[in-house]
Amino acid sequence: MANKEQEAIFTPIGLNNSENGKIDKSVKLPPVTKKKHKSLGLSEDDVIEMYRLMYLQRRFEERAMQMYQKGKFGGFLHLYIGQEAVSTGTVFALNDDDDIITAYRDHGWGLVRGITPNEGMAELYGKATGCSKGKGGSMHFAKTENHFWGGYGIVGGHIPIGAGLAFANKYQDNGRIATCFFGDGAVDQGSLHESMNIAQLWKLPVVFVVENNGYSMGTAARRHTVGEIHERAKGYGMKSALFNGMDALTVYENMKNIADEVRKESLPYFVEIRTYRYRGHSMSDPQKYRTKEELQEYQKTDPVERMKSYLLDEGIVKQKKIDEIEEVVEKEVMDSIDFAEESSFPEPEALYEDMFTGTSHFHDDRR
Amino acid sequence: MAVLQFREALMQAIDEEMDRDEKVFIMGEEVAEYNGAYKVTEGLLDKYGFRRVIDTPISELGFSGIGVGAAMNGLRPIVEFMTFNFAVLAADQIINHASKVRYMLGGQASVPIVFRGPNASAGQLGATHSVAYDSMYAHFPGLSVIYPSEPDDAKGLLKSAIRSDDPVLFMESEQMYGLKGEVSEAEDYTIPIGKAKVKREGSDVTVVASGKMYHIAKQAASELEKDGVEVEIIDPRTIKPFDIETVVNSIKKTNRCVIVDEAHPFGGMAAEVGFLIQREAFDYLDAPVQRVTLPDVNAPFSKPLFDLWLPDAKNVIEAVNTVTYRK
Ligand SMILES: Cc1ncc(C[n+]2csc(CCOP(=O)(O)OP(=O)(O)O)c2C)c(N)n1
Ligand SMILES: [Mg+2]
Repeated sequence: MANKEQEAIFTPIGLNNSENGKIDKSVKLPPVTKKKHKSLGLSEDDVIEMYRLMYLQRRFEERAMQMYQKGKFGGFLHLYIGQEAVSTGTVFALNDDDDIITAYRDHGWGLVRGITPNEGMAELYGKATGCSKGKGGSMHFAKTENHFWGGYGIVGGHIPIGAGLAFANKYQDNGRIATCFFGDGAVDQGSLHESMNIAQLWKLPVVFVVENNGYSMGTAARRHTVGEIHERAKGYGMKSALFNGMDALTVYENMKNIADEVRKESLPYFVEIRTYRYRGHSMSDPQKYRTKEELQEYQKTDPVERMKSYLLDEGIVKQKKIDEIEEVVEKEVMDSIDFAEESSFPEPEALYEDMFTGTSHFHDDRR
Repeated sequence: MAVLQFREALMQAIDEEMDRDEKVFIMGEEVAEYNGAYKVTEGLLDKYGFRRVIDTPISELGFSGIGVGAAMNGLRPIVEFMTFNFAVLAADQIINHASKVRYMLGGQASVPIVFRGPNASAGQLGATHSVAYDSMYAHFPGLSVIYPSEPDDAKGLLKSAIRSDDPVLFMESEQMYGLKGEVSEAEDYTIPIGKAKVKREGSDVTVVASGKMYHIAKQAASELEKDGVEVEIIDPRTIKPFDIETVVNSIKKTNRCVIVDEAHPFGGMAAEVGFLIQREAFDYLDAPVQRVTLPDVNAPFSKPLFDLWLPDAKNVIEAVNTVTYRK
């Protein structure tokens, strides 16, 4: 025992070693907006569409998970389930030609920015009909014609690229802003520091957004990073915001104000959105690092359910309309599985395609 | 033909391309107000202003990534590294992103970017400032690597690099910036990427050497000439794509080959080209191919050790003597 007391401890102690039985909540959710859709400038159709998109992201991933478990496709599969209000509120707040770039937890982002369920599911299956022609898989959904620049698999690697998208917008004076989303784990990367410093120095119209879902794989935020994440902005003299990411209207309200300001002032912003991921980090995560009770507590704030209740409580729709929306989405998702299964894998020639825009060159190419 | 310094040839290339295309801009440490750490960008700030000639913080990872994002979103960045030894901090952007984005998005984006700066050693600068990175980057699919040795090649190839729709690494040398040479005055002078040049004709032995090593090969060739050995020097100019055909054609004539490479021996250009030669020209070889490289040792500071470490003309002559059985 004496020995144990003298033992050096580095990473703060987590669930396995908590002796007092008290568990710190991994993310404390700030309050949601009190405003209704109308005063936020959203129409009834807008909020109905928000619900449809959130339900689509949820069902798409639930079905994708089932297909993965059936062994229909391989690779990594990181589910966005629980975080759908962030993607949904954001796309409504941005102009359609504003740029979005994110990390590997990207299915939801793709679906809200115009990747069809067919294109998405086919990408998961590695089929030629996938949004990235089966070359990217789950982590590299993209639709650049819609200014969704994709998902990226190196934690923090796409942060300077997001700043670069904004740089090009400012250079070309095209009125577009760039938004760059990443996890709480990415906050610990040096690339964020370098990007924030340059973005503030060069006044880049970029919004850096941390989707703080409480965990970097199995390491709770308080065990991998010091202090409050949003306060990092202070060191760069950068404007910042912190808000609740379990409510699409709250995300919309805040992101709209931020996007307007970033566009007008050509200045960066650092945003921490608190949210929660309901599933494991990826499909192989036994989730020993959190309690069932914690998960259940956040499930009470489920963003999809919340939006549904809002539509019903505000009398915007009746249950019948909800059922209709859900039925259509469900069919679309089931059809996307058929589409993916019936689609062809890329032809062998495709191995060498899409490497170059200009003249191709492959060393020691003996085809 | 005009006689220009290497740095002036580079500057002309950058200037002409910036003049030609609004989307081209240059950024890096000390490129603007300081006029370039090695004066390659001298005068560009005055001509193009702060929007297109941009001083960066010492954030190789950050500004390289900004370059990649800007390239994806419609621009043609030239990213200057003070040396490629510092670009190691940006390797994630070059290797994981610039070279891979297009492929992993199924062709939905292009990355027309040039990363340029001095490569390899420049005298007694110690272990961290002396490494040749051309072979390392040549390993990665999707990247072109250019390492010219003379002002004319530098100008023509840099212009082609800036016009390339895909990422290019363009390598120079602190020790070559002052080197003078004839440079074509042809309007819009470009040299295609991936073409080697026979820079000295000879019938006895083929020596392959690029960048700074080309000049060492040249010295060795003049020495050997006195002994009646005629060296054919091939400057690949582009490490990737590598023009193996020109090398093989030369070997068919000389039947002997020495490769001079400023990289360490394991897996470098010399190793790769040596392999290709044995496969493509086996029946033409009268002696095993030899190579002159750095030893598998870090760069020392001390002058006598440094001289021992860096390949020189004497090493090239020894290798030529080996393949010609003159030892
Ligand atoms: C540079 C790098 N290091 C490690 C990994 C492995 N890895 C992938 S995701 C992840 C956790 C990141 O968590 P976070 O940024 O919070 O995003 P979340 O998964 O919660 O969305 C780790 C360690 C990686 N992909 N890249
Ligand atoms: Mg996280």
